[in-house]
Amino acid sequence: MRLLLTPALLVVAVFAAALSALLRYSVLEFVPGSLQTGGLSLGNFTGIMSRQYLGAVWDTVVLSAATTGLTLVASYPVAYVLARTPSPRVRSTLLVLTLAPFFTGAIVRTYAWVLVLGNTVVTWPVPMLFTARGVLVGLVHFSMPTMILLLAAAISHIDPVYERAAASLGASPARVFRRVTLPLSMPGVVSGSVIVFAWTLSAFATPELLGGGRVKMIANVVRDLALDSFNWPGGAAFAVFALAVTLGLLAAVGRLTAGSERSA
Amino acid sequence: MLRLAVLLLVAFMTLPTLVVIAVSFNPTAILSFPPSGLSWRWYVNVITYTQFQRATWNSLVVTLGAVAVAMPAGTAAALALARAPRGASLWATLLLSPLVVPGVAAGLGFLILGAALGLLRSRAVLIAAHVALVLPFVVRSVWVSARNLDPTLERAAASLGATPWRAFQRVTLPLLRPGLLAALLFAVIVSLNEFVVSLFISTRLTEILPVAMFTYVVNYTDPTIAALSTLFIVGTVVAVWLADRFLDLGGVFLHHR
Repeated sequence: MRLLLTPALLVVAVFAAALSALLRYSVLEFVPGSLQTGGLSLGNFTGIMSRQYLGAVWDTVVLSAATTGLTLVASYPVAYVLARTPSPRVRSTLLVLTLAPFFTGAIVRTYAWVLVLGNTVVTWPVPMLFTARGVLVGLVHFSMPTMILLLAAAISHIDPVYERAAASLGASPARVFRRVTLPLSMPGVVSGSVIVFAWTLSAFATPELLGGGRVKMIANVVRDLALDSFNWPGGAAFAVFALAVTLGLLAAVGRLTAGSERSA
Repeated sequence: MLRLAVLLLVAFMTLPTLVVIAVSFNPTAILSFPPSGLSWRWYVNVITYTQFQRATWNSLVVTLGAVAVAMPAGTAAALALARAPRGASLWATLLLSPLVVPGVAAGLGFLILGAALGLLRSRAVLIAAHVALVLPFVVRSVWVSARNLDPTLERAAASLGATPWRAFQRVTLPLLRPGLLAALLFAVIVSLNEFVVSLFISTRLTEILPVAMFTYVVNYTDPTIAALSTLFIVGTVVAVWLADRFLDLGGVFLHHR
């Protein structure tokens, strides 16, 4: 057991070393114009709270919340059909179409939206590229495959007998959905929403390309600080902040789903 | 109603991809849709652009290196997890943890670590980071197969006189095949597409394809990236289709009754 785990644990140890280097830099003082660092300081974290950066944090939270809501609404119908269709052909077509963008990579997917939002296909009545609206469209598109898979997994666990029972007792399809299907799929809705929210909080490629420098989310600020200003301590503090929020959210959803499993 | 909604949503998910493919055959550098004719010139551009040649080579080296380390390490760990009577979930959480770390956090962490070790000019840091990022996918895929493995089969082989290595080779390994293939597919695709972490730790000489594509998109507007993206899309769709054909993807993601 130990012997079999050792190589993988060494890999995780390297990863942990990178993260601890990040943590250490986040509490070191930044010396402008140099990669050398000063002494211990919490200045990087109070720096996040300055107006310049709070705007990016606020935009990130608003965009992530909007993305989560829209992704949920857009993914539910697809997930429902994916989980419930009697036709293997429809199921496998939907599955491949859902998984393909999942596997195509951030750059290809985002570039596609650069083309679509940039007035190449249709002329938009309002500017889309390099606006928060455009970033939102890209983020929803990016999050849908994940949400669809999590929702479909939850819906496929619901025994259709419950829905049939409700219908045979006279409930309309809308009522069956509202009172039976939706409540029973809540574990998928909750975990899907939290995962999409957490991932969107640290989105990078979508706001970088579709925001064109005008829309900045937390990850874009980390990049600017670390790679343009060479302020590694400042970038590290921002990255640690994103990491802490992500881990906190995922721990919360872990506790929630564990709780619902215990009560079930 | 439902059918129409699903049709529209699937269109939303797939149309941008189709636009990329259409634009890649655009005859002029100024993008237009629908294109005014057909041309292969952007594909020629992809093949002859030296930075893409270099980045393709880097991608192959980094992905091969990462897979060569992550596959055996992840498979061994998955076997250990499947056999552990208790405490497996704690180890699993630890091994899967790189999945939940935001890309910029991991990227900047590896940049600081690589700079401290003076390794940023080589591909070593890139490979190390990719190993950590694909390991969770390997562990998960093999673990699914290993959990369904009947331990009595290995014992039967041993009782018939097979050495532990021979029993592993002739009994365990063939039974793990679907999990191993899925792991390999995931590892290769994740590594080939990795972008954020790689952006932080590559130089112009070591950068992998997604990073080179990003730099190109930021600096130029011609359809070269559309052509390269089309090649990526075709490769991915074929890979996913083959996977669905031979690996029962539905079985991995959905619950069958």
